[in-house]
Amino acid sequence: MNALIELKNVGYQVKDKTILSNINLKINAGTKTTFVGPSGAGKSTLARLIARMISYTSGSITYKGKEITDYEPTLYRRKVSYCFQQPTLFGNTVRDNLNFPFVVRKEKPDQERIIQALKSVNLSANFLDMGVTELSGGERQRVAMLRNIIFHPDILIIDEVSAGLDADNKKIINHLINGINKKGVTILQITHDESEINNAQNIIKMDSGKLVQ
Amino acid sequence: MNNLQVSNYTLLLSFVLVVVALLIGYKEKLGIDKDIIISVARAIVQLFIVGYILKFIIRSNNYLLTLAMILVILFNAAWNAKKRGAGIPNIFWISFTAITASTALTLGVLVLTHSVKFIPQQMIPITGMIAGNTMVAIGLCYRSMKKSFHDQQQQVLEKLALGANYKLASMDILRSSIKTGMSPSIDSAKTVGIVNLPGMMAGLIFAGVDPVQAIRYQIMVTFMLLSATSIGSVIACYWAYRRFFNDQEQLELH
Repeated sequence: MNALIELKNVGYQVKDKTILSNINLKINAGTKTTFVGPSGAGKSTLARLIARMISYTSGSITYKGKEITDYEPTLYRRKVSYCFQQPTLFGNTVRDNLNFPFVVRKEKPDQERIIQALKSVNLSANFLDMGVTELSGGERQRVAMLRNIIFHPDILIIDEVSAGLDADNKKIINHLINGINKKGVTILQITHDESEINNAQNIIKMDSGKLVQ
Repeated sequence: MNNLQVSNYTLLLSFVLVVVALLIGYKEKLGIDKDIIISVARAIVQLFIVGYILKFIIRSNNYLLTLAMILVILFNAAWNAKKRGAGIPNIFWISFTAITASTALTLGVLVLTHSVKFIPQQMIPITGMIAGNTMVAIGLCYRSMKKSFHDQQQQVLEKLALGANYKLASMDILRSSIKTGMSPSIDSAKTVGIVNLPGMMAGLIFAGVDPVQAIRYQIMVTFMLLSATSIGSVIACYWAYRRFFNDQEQLELH
């Protein structure tokens, strides 16, 4: 089976400091992979490299058999979507944020689709015109996640999105992640959460910028 | 022009005003005595040199000399604007292009509409006004842009991560930077004549020109500066913001 994403001897250096070295990894389509390891192990850096938010300094990363740099950056990021550790909402309202993926694709926002997406994370249509500063931390996180998945990407990279959330919010977010994974979206998840680690299918351990076998 | 007589003797007497500033600095222990003396010395030397150069250029009334002087003004304005945008690659050329384009377009309209004549005593001061104001405008643009990219980097990164191109990801910053650059011209247009009598108008009134005629000139200057600062800010911002991204459309803060 051809890997959806393949990393070969990937390294990342900033000036003289090596952040990641010799990373070899294959991710198959439709899987869910969980990255674990201490803070500073290089998990977020690896996620950002795969999401093309930063560029690796050695080795190669291929997506569907082609070097990721061969793809147009914006089109690639719409297919390999990265959700930040502590996402911020932009604009004034929830609607501004959920319209954004449509604006990016130069499409007219589909209100029905947006409302359905909100319902999938237990938020009603009334939230659309709510100011972003009026939302709780958990609601903000759910809206932020929806921006990434309202158009299903091929790969969703989630960087400790449930950190700092209460049990109910974690449950809603994990339900959402498992739901889109079942629909074929490949998930790369970084977590420190015990219950998420216990429920993980494939666990990859990292330490000091390397994969630990 | 009969009222404009400043002899070296009267200049020397007006130096008393500098002594007032020096005394205040000394009495209040502001530690700015050295700064005052250096700035006054520089002002005297610079202005006398410029005065003699302008006298020579205006007397010779030569097309090429006028253009050379305009070029010197544009170069100096770009060099100063560059300092505000330190760290942004190619910032001198961005500034030079923005200031030159805004000056050329604005001056072009003024010359073609016969509002000003292509003679050194009109072209050089008008170029100085346009280039100076554009320089301040784009300097403000750079400062605002650098601060906004720094303060709002998380938002820009998230927009990129959602598949936005670098233009869409920076649109808010781009708009606010252009607005910041243009705001002094807009603000001074609002208060012109009420709060201050600007240089052009004050100079003409001082020289004995009918105030209504002086006002006509000032209205033209107001139009000219609004146009120049908007053209300069747009060119500088649209060119400079790209320098915050690499060819992979990744944010690179300077």
